[in-house]
Amino acid sequence: MDDRHRVTVTVNGAQFQQTVEPRLLLSDFLRHDLGLTGTHVGCEHGVCGACTVLFDGQPVRSCLMFAVQADGHEITTVEGLGTMDQLHPLQEAFRDAHGLQCGFCTPGILLTLIPFLEDNPNPSELEIREAISGNLCRCTGYQHIVDAVQLAAQRTSA
Amino acid sequence: MNKFDILEPRTVSEAVEMLQRHGSAARPLAGGTDLMVAIKLKHLQPRYLINLKCVPDLDGISLHGGGLLIGALTRVADVATSDLVRRQYPMLASAAGELGSVQVRNVATVGGNLCNASPSADTVPALIALGAEARIVGPAGERFVQVESLFCGPGQTTLSQGEVLTHLRLPAPEPGSGGCYLKRGTRKSMDCAVVGVAAWLMSSQPGSVCGDVRIVLGAVAPTPLRAVQAEGSLQGQAMNETLWNQAGMLAASESRPIDDVRGTAAYRREMLRVLVPRAIEKAWSAALAGGWSGLPAGTLVKAK
Repeated sequence: MDDRHRVTVTVNGAQFQQTVEPRLLLSDFLRHDLGLTGTHVGCEHGVCGACTVLFDGQPVRSCLMFAVQADGHEITTVEGLGTMDQLHPLQEAFRDAHGLQCGFCTPGILLTLIPFLEDNPNPSELEIREAISGNLCRCTGYQHIVDAVQLAAQRTSA
Repeated sequence: MNKFDILEPRTVSEAVEMLQRHGSAARPLAGGTDLMVAIKLKHLQPRYLINLKCVPDLDGISLHGGGLLIGALTRVADVATSDLVRRQYPMLASAAGELGSVQVRNVATVGGNLCNASPSADTVPALIALGAEARIVGPAGERFVQVESLFCGPGQTTLSQGEVLTHLRLPAPEPGSGGCYLKRGTRKSMDCAVVGVAAWLMSSQPGSVCGDVRIVLGAVAPTPLRAVQAEGSLQGQAMNETLWNQAGMLAASESRPIDDVRGTAAYRREMLRVLVPRAIEKAWSAALAGGWSGLPAGTLVKAK
């Protein structure tokens, strides 16, 4: 019972080998074992989207996965997007268009939007709202988030 | 969360053997998006999770005798966005695109959506309406059953101890057939269906008469439900709106909904009276258009 598992996970380009308990959530692995606290944990049962990370390039809820399920896979967290000196263009647009207030939902929303904008560089407002329908924001009313995405899309295509 | 171990079978027979050995102490783990919530809420307290993702070849979508073979571990996102599915069975692609959020579709599996046996599961009415068959492997070998007969109650399947759902087989699309899945939720996305309706039908020669038809209702009975009286009222008839409305009334009367947090039984029946005719109309125009052209607009999120 409760054998510990050895996992090898690539996070933001760096490879980590850790021994984990089977019940350890991917979100807790990122936050506690690796110290990457940019991944936020909100509802912890797959509703709010705050814990969204990229799993092999696609958004998933890290509170609904075990760390062992990430064995051999590539994870991107918000720490992998930009640096304090050089923000990712999407982060830049969120700052400029006031796409956040308290910021709790922002990492999850950014990571949801990154592959979305790669697939769809010029999305309509409806497509943006559909894309973030799995992420809750209790501050902005979403309007400034939509504005930020449109600003980012505009800048990329310019 | 209770303590458990995760076991990693490398073959289907190893998974079957593990499930048999540990009996009710074990649960199969696929995407885990439903299972993990149940474990967190302590609705389930398994001692072993059998991680089916360790078994190769249980995911992917391929052509099979004119139809499609879908591995049970295929992610819902892949079903929603697969060109093969969208071309041949747009109803299934749009139903898969209605499930949860993009983050859930990227992890949840189509086999998991079936085996979780929620009466409101989005992919199930479409699969039943399309005549999908499930391949199940257990201690006694493999067997094939209609997806329709997989369910016996909320959260309950007809799989026995040690059995694993490995694949779904979709029959070759019939020329002149069309389908449509409509979902009514409390919000536009990211919620369980309050009512789901899948309609599939064929136009018979000379064209205005309905041939084979399947109407499947979600979230209005303990299991996904074939509306057999509604089907019977259409078969062999010249199609018109009065007939579709009548089919909606029949479907409402043969449904067995309950009141719950998402809606009342009366509301669900009322929605069947609206959605069943609407789904029939859309399926019928797809059938008359020769097949599988019209994807319901705006239902697909790119989740490549």
